[in-house]
Amino acid sequence: MDTNILFIFILSIFLGFEVISKVPSMLHTPLMSGTNAIHGIILFGGILVLADAATPLAQALGFVAVVFGSANVFGGFMVTDRMLQMFKKKK
Amino acid sequence: MSSTIALIFIGVSVLFILGIKFLSSPKTARVGNLIAAGGMFVALLALHKSDGQSVWAQGWPFNYTLIAIGIVVGLVMGAIGAYSVKMTAMPQMVALFNGLGGGAAALVASLEFTNPHTDKFQLGGMVLTVTGPHEPSAFIAVCMLFATLIGSLSFSGSIIAYLKLQGKFEKPHTFPGQNLLNGLILLVILSLCGWLTFHAIGGGAVAAFIVLFALALFFGIAMVLPIGGADMPVVISLLNSFTGLAVAADGFAINNLAMVVAGTLVGSSGTLLTLLMCKAMNRPVTNVLFGAFGSSGGGTAAASGIAGTVKPIQADEVALLLAYAQRVVIVPGYGMAVAQAQHQVRELSEELGKRGVEVQFAIHPVAGRMPGHMNVLLAEANVPYDQLIEMEQINPSMDRVDVCLVIGANDVVNPAAREEKTSPIYGMPIIEADHCKATIVMKRSMAAGFAGIENHLFYKDNTRMLFGDAKASLNALVAAVKAN
Repeated sequence: MDTNILFIFILSIFLGFEVISKVPSMLHTPLMSGTNAIHGIILFGGILVLADAATPLAQALGFVAVVFGSANVFGGFMVTDRMLQMFKKKK
Repeated sequence: MSSTIALIFIGVSVLFILGIKFLSSPKTARVGNLIAAGGMFVALLALHKSDGQSVWAQGWPFNYTLIAIGIVVGLVMGAIGAYSVKMTAMPQMVALFNGLGGGAAALVASLEFTNPHTDKFQLGGMVLTVTGPHEPSAFIAVCMLFATLIGSLSFSGSIIAYLKLQGKFEKPHTFPGQNLLNGLILLVILSLCGWLTFHAIGGGAVAAFIVLFALALFFGIAMVLPIGGADMPVVISLLNSFTGLAVAADGFAINNLAMVVAGTLVGSSGTLLTLLMCKAMNRPVTNVLFGAFGSSGGGTAAASGIAGTVKPIQADEVALLLAYAQRVVIVPGYGMAVAQAQHQVRELSEELGKRGVEVQFAIHPVAGRMPGHMNVLLAEANVPYDQLIEMEQINPSMDRVDVCLVIGANDVVNPAAREEKTSPIYGMPIIEADHCKATIVMKRSMAAGFAGIENHLFYKDNTRMLFGDAKASLNALVAAVKAN
């Protein structure tokens, strides 16, 4: 097992806590939506397994994974942007 | 070659971290979202297989056509969802996208697990030393099983959360021995995981894996179904962090560092966000997940014997009260958003402002369907930022407020949270609307709130009820204030 990757994993845990520790409650919804889009990186996992799929079943499941991941990442960023563009308007 | 990839990967991680950091401040939030999206794009360009070859630099096998079609289909679905959804239904949309991500994570792990002969891929410079047919190492097997379990649980749980927020079976569903049954299922799931860790190849592995997948889906449903609709934001936030962890586990399984970092960041920040939300409602997270909100307290309101009667009022009278008040506080709730009355509320506050009345909006941390949801809705209606006051700031001065206008809010102004120990919402901080000189509650009918409990505020001496559709009532109020 690669210990480097584990090291990065542990650091990321603390970073995730640290980075949002001072978020005001009015940004909870956009923040949740934004981080939701970031885990859409699973799209790449989908791409990699589908690229390598050898059986029709694996192709079908991989295809579904790509569609889901793609909807997650694109929809996630778009919906977050739609929410946040409203925060811009100030008088 | 691999050092180039490693550098790109570091860049991608920095972009994600900066993105989340910027997302947590109002001024930079939109830029933060774009930065994170940019990071995603860079990561896509640098996608590599384990042999160091870019997935874009080889031929175009049939599977690539499938990938392209899949991306476009997902893009269209996501775009339609993101741009057609009403702002009030935003939390459902987030739940749905999260569920899809969880489903994808589970599928990726499943495909990896049931096909352990495939080569491993990577993004960073790390090399995974596996060649030819092999049984995955126990660590990799655990990662794949974890991703399958958590991903599918997040998928089915998110769908239930989505349905609950859409108003389908939003009441908690409980039966005796439910926690016991869930516990048993969890035990079976964990046993299956334990067995599969060391029997990933060979007799019964695929069958056991399918049973595991099905049980995990079922467990997601069984976990969310007993939780009341009012607690869905917490559930969605928790499932969001679950999906993040599942993605991170997938990243370990296919040795993709970008997925590990992105998934872990979401997992830990999502966990913190979940805890912050629970704190805003003054309830421990275990209470939300296992307390079956509302079921224990069901019917207590009738038993507690509320004294007094509900006193209705007409719009003209309310307009008079408002027009000659010095300080007015508006408490908006989800009911206002459902009636699409944000613009009428803004109109009313502007009209009152012209007459020299000081108008403020009191925002409960969980007003709407999610923390911050109400700020989004009011921002959409162009209500100026500085008029939105958070609960802790406004509560100490509530007794100096002449008229408090509660529009479509219920549980967040229920004094039972302060006074009645048996109430299921006891201990939740509330906006102290009952401390104002006069309180007007605008409501469609006398139905109980989202938590399904009676509101003592409606029966107080200085409370008047203005029944009817919020939009129509507000239009009447605006007209009457103008006439005064």
